[in-house]
Amino acid sequence: MARNVTTRHKITATVAAWIVALIIFFPILYTIITSIKTEPEAIAGFSLWPSGTFENYITVQTQRDYLKPFMNSVILSVGSTILALIIAIPSAWAMAFSPTKRTKDILMWMLSTKMMPAVAVLVPIYLLFRDFGLLDSRIGLTVMLTLINLPIVVWMLYTYFREIPGEILEAARMDGAGLWQEIVYVLTPMAVPGIASTLLLNIILAWNESFWTIRLSTTNAAPLTAFIASFSSPQGLFWAKLSAASTMAIAPILILGWFSQKQLVRGLTFGAVK
Amino acid sequence: MGSITLQKVSKVFGEAKVIPSIDLEINNGEFVVFVGPSGCGKSTLLRLIAGLEDVSGGHILIDGKDVTDAAPAERGLAMVFQSYALYPHMSVRNNIAFPLKMAKLDKAIIDKKVTDAARVLNLTDYLERRPSQLSGGQRQRVAIGRAIVREPSAFLFDEPLSNLDAALRGTMRLEISDLHHQLKTTMVYVTHDQVEAMTMADKIVVLNRGNIEQVGSPLELYKSPRNLFVAGFIGSPHMNFVNGAYAQSKSAKTAGIRPEHLNLSKDSGLWTGTVKVAEHLGADTFLHLDVDGIGPITARVGGEFGAQYGDRVYLTPDEAKLHRFDDKGIALKA
Repeated sequence: MARNVTTRHKITATVAAWIVALIIFFPILYTIITSIKTEPEAIAGFSLWPSGTFENYITVQTQRDYLKPFMNSVILSVGSTILALIIAIPSAWAMAFSPTKRTKDILMWMLSTKMMPAVAVLVPIYLLFRDFGLLDSRIGLTVMLTLINLPIVVWMLYTYFREIPGEILEAARMDGAGLWQEIVYVLTPMAVPGIASTLLLNIILAWNESFWTIRLSTTNAAPLTAFIASFSSPQGLFWAKLSAASTMAIAPILILGWFSQKQLVRGLTFGAVK
Repeated sequence: MGSITLQKVSKVFGEAKVIPSIDLEINNGEFVVFVGPSGCGKSTLLRLIAGLEDVSGGHILIDGKDVTDAAPAERGLAMVFQSYALYPHMSVRNNIAFPLKMAKLDKAIIDKKVTDAARVLNLTDYLERRPSQLSGGQRQRVAIGRAIVREPSAFLFDEPLSNLDAALRGTMRLEISDLHHQLKTTMVYVTHDQVEAMTMADKIVVLNRGNIEQVGSPLELYKSPRNLFVAGFIGSPHMNFVNGAYAQSKSAKTAGIRPEHLNLSKDSGLWTGTVKVAEHLGADTFLHLDVDGIGPITARVGGEFGAQYGDRVYLTPDEAKLHRFDDKGIALKA
């Protein structure tokens, strides 16, 4: 009897999980389906059965080269993430291991900047970029993406570092480790999973960022977000081509996310030392 | 060698004076236990000796050498933490070898010492495992292994058994005592559990609010507690304190009677009481009584003394083993 109940439970839970996952995944799935429809099919109405043409991909690739915005996306997301980590690791470290009375306030202040609508600072940022000659430059966008994701990176690292038990560091000190040995042999190995998952998440966030990348770039530095946007042109919407472009834009990050899901989850659960 | 001397050691955290001023002498080879209720400063005192906290005043000497300003590693001490504090990303072998690697010893010597320590602690089969794959007792043994390979001048234990279950705690208590007999190295052990203190210590230091209440062997503290605090803290179940007429008749403010120093009878005695709770442990029975005109009293009787809730029993204190305290709570000499 008890066994039956648990089996039924498991089936219900599995089915429910699949339904939720399908609902969440559906927009992406429909984008992929639409991308292999013809344009008349795409505007004809809801249908899950495409004719299976790859024409849109060919058109998209010949109209606008995919490689350049793809490389820009890679440079911007990876570059801004590395830059953010270089700034965030020491600061999160300091706040986690030698907090002061103001540490919590500083953290809250950093987070509060994320609550501000980005459009509120569009004009000043735009003018700054123009005056410094940073418009449509990879450096400018890298710095911008670093700045907007920095609060989240600091917060994530701070929570990971906080989970490293102080007693382990004290044990290392008792065992004769100097500051440098403590960092190399004890702290870094324990912090790496947290840093890795922060890195992955931030690459995804930077890859998907569209507000600033679209507004501060035109051609040279334009990443895949701008590439998608360029297909929603004033001449009218081409749903199938737009979907093909979107699929091409999200595919790399989807694959990265799929392969790193273990690290993403592991980073959140690591630290169970006791 | 491993003698530790504390001279007027004090510690202040912000406004709070955790340790006002402590003088203490720990001799080479002694097993010293710091015991006291939580927040009494016992762990802080241990961390001051370890060098994990800086003293606010006074001096700490190890083997006669002033180490007050020395870094933890320079003091030649090893510490076992309450949470074990093993390195989670290293195998058991590397955990034990870590202090030797830090000391830049030869690989062959490190291997030999790790193997020896693992044999002593029954860890030989677990050397390649990670701490997360071990049980609580095994983790504790790894922590001890990491401490013994360094051959420190003294071991510091910070409540090492409090994360273990009762049965394992008993076993580990014996193992640590046995280790002390084998190594003959000074051990300083912090606990809030007076059973651990009584069973393991050569010398117990009873702490209360950052002050030393009494220092002595377990039996000294049991037989002649210096004040009410020590009298109440050492011994299980706790000593009964009786005020009023009975104490006055013994020319004291408070009379202290241990539960095992009460003679119980079903026929006659000095006091009469009603059984409120009877805890039958088998060999012993603890009776929690409400004694007429005195109040709650705990008595320890043999397991054969049958008593149930509500029974009327007679009690007579053993006057030869009575403790007397003055109005300041200080013990009066017999």
